[in-house]
Amino acid sequence: MSTPAIQIDDLTKVYKVGETAVHALRGISYKVESGEFLAIMGPSGSGKSTLMNIIGCLDRPTTGQYLLEGEEVSTFDRDKLARIRNQKIGFVFQTFNLLPRTSALENAELPLLYSSHINSKQRRELALKALESVGLKDRAHHKTNQLSGGEQQRIAIARALLNSPSLILADEPTGNLDTKTSAEIMEIFTRLNEDKKITLVMVTHEPDIACYAKKRIYMRDGKIIREEKGREGCEDQAR
Amino acid sequence: MNILRTSRVALRALGRNKMRSFLTALGIIIGVGAVISMVSIGEGAKRGVEDRFASMGTNLLFVSPGSRSSHGVHSGSGGFNTLKPEDATAIETQCDAVKYTSPSASTRAQVVYGNKNWSTSIQGTGAMYPEVRNWELDQGTYFDEGHVRTAAKVCVLGSEVKKSLFEGEDAIGKIIRVKAIPFRVIGVFKSKGESGGWFNRDDMMTVPYTTVMKRLTGQEYISSIDISAVSSARTKEAQTQIEELMRVRHKIAPGAEDDFQVRNMSEIAEGAAQATQIMTILLGSIASISLLVGGIGIMNIMLVSVTERIREIGIRMAVGARQKDILLQFLTEAIVLSVLGGLIGVFFGIGLSKILHYIKIFSEFKTTVSPSSIIMAFAFSASVGIFFGFYPARKASRLDPIEALRYE
Repeated sequence: MSTPAIQIDDLTKVYKVGETAVHALRGISYKVESGEFLAIMGPSGSGKSTLMNIIGCLDRPTTGQYLLEGEEVSTFDRDKLARIRNQKIGFVFQTFNLLPRTSALENAELPLLYSSHINSKQRRELALKALESVGLKDRAHHKTNQLSGGEQQRIAIARALLNSPSLILADEPTGNLDTKTSAEIMEIFTRLNEDKKITLVMVTHEPDIACYAKKRIYMRDGKIIREEKGREGCEDQAR
Repeated sequence: MNILRTSRVALRALGRNKMRSFLTALGIIIGVGAVISMVSIGEGAKRGVEDRFASMGTNLLFVSPGSRSSHGVHSGSGGFNTLKPEDATAIETQCDAVKYTSPSASTRAQVVYGNKNWSTSIQGTGAMYPEVRNWELDQGTYFDEGHVRTAAKVCVLGSEVKKSLFEGEDAIGKIIRVKAIPFRVIGVFKSKGESGGWFNRDDMMTVPYTTVMKRLTGQEYISSIDISAVSSARTKEAQTQIEELMRVRHKIAPGAEDDFQVRNMSEIAEGAAQATQIMTILLGSIASISLLVGGIGIMNIMLVSVTERIREIGIRMAVGARQKDILLQFLTEAIVLSVLGGLIGVFFGIGLSKILHYIKIFSEFKTTVSPSSIIMAFAFSASVGIFFGFYPARKASRLDPIEALRYE
């Protein structure tokens, strides 16, 4: 068996809020194999966002180990983490997080601006290809604020795909979308996972969205309390 | 990210808010423009003064009464003045580095011809005055030793005086009146092309110095002696000879203070140039303040911009921008603003000094845009961008990616 995409061991995270210490993660161990589609669920304050931030190399754990494709990244400094984010991870956010007043194309090519080995022509081509894969090639030169929520999220996905990452992290990707558009976005995710074997980790609190994933973990008070696989617990969800 | 790519990103970001970018750059445009045009005024004045002194001749020397006599306590010489016409004669005959001398005694008076009158400076000079000062006559002749000896009532007019009194009419041979004394015009100076100013060499007339002493003022002493050395190279030598001779003639004991003063033109020119240099520095530094204010404007806008774009910074960090990349991006924006502002400011400044040249508001002299002032102003504006852009850029680069992404 190949190296797991994500392997975390006894991860803790403590925030200092004024005088009091907040224990956001209380010793989490988990393993995500390459090509898996995992949903993280739980109420707010359960630590799922913190976990996502650490998995996404935006934050470092207080203690514990985090191996991303076998590489110990929990001790990396800011610049090394930036490099990892740039090369291995694609982000999709609830609020899309696109640059305003900027074209879809420019938004999509953003990650390549920070990887030195690609010239502007190649960058454009790759960005167009990514936009095509999410069905937005004809909107490449539209400004982001002229596009609908679903289209904006698809641009965000195109951006996440650009560096051909091994891992895509989606934080409530359908939180700001209606049911139909949510389904479209989830179709894209499913396709990426099944066709391109990209590892997907998604945080959501909507059970129907979580059921697109092949594995679901439930968190509460900084711990994983339950794990579900396949259609387990999704029997009543239409698909 | 390389520099080219960073600048393109910066330009694009600035382009998203054109009005604001322009207004921010305006501070630098005005600052650089002000420095260049102000310095050009100063430089122009300096060059004008230098040219004027150069045209007067660098072999020129002046003997004037010393400061001691002006206290009026000097025993034996009686009064303020210690120079006599004989001093001039002695200098001319006894100092071999001296070519010509011309005693000088001047006054100011109303000059009348027909129904016209003009107030001007009346210079009493020796017969060699045009040779000493290197002035040329446009019409007629200068008065000679005979006129000087007899205190003749003859005069030579400066071009402006001639124009004021006679306009197009021929002046030679006409009689003008100074303090009710009739003077015959025997010559007119060639115009030196000056107007206004401190010492307009066209707005004056000359008469024999003896005439001033005996007929106009009644003074017994001359106010100064104009001297030309045989060559510019021997000016210093002439000065020494004159000083030695004058000490002997005025019976000044060794170690005692001179009752006269010998100055040469290059000294005077140097002093005047120094004065205008100070003016240039003053103008330049006042203008630099506006450049500094422009820089603070850049810092202000960059700080606002960083706060506004915290989310953008978060996004960029999430997709892999390092601290260095963010720092460079915002620093480049500030530098692009100040460099573009500086470039436009250079043209603005050159244009402004051209306009000032034509309307001659600040100076009768031409304005001169010096390359050094352009380079200085431009380099200064670029460093203003770096200096004032660094703090906001560093602030941006130190943001926490998670907080930046969540910022509302």
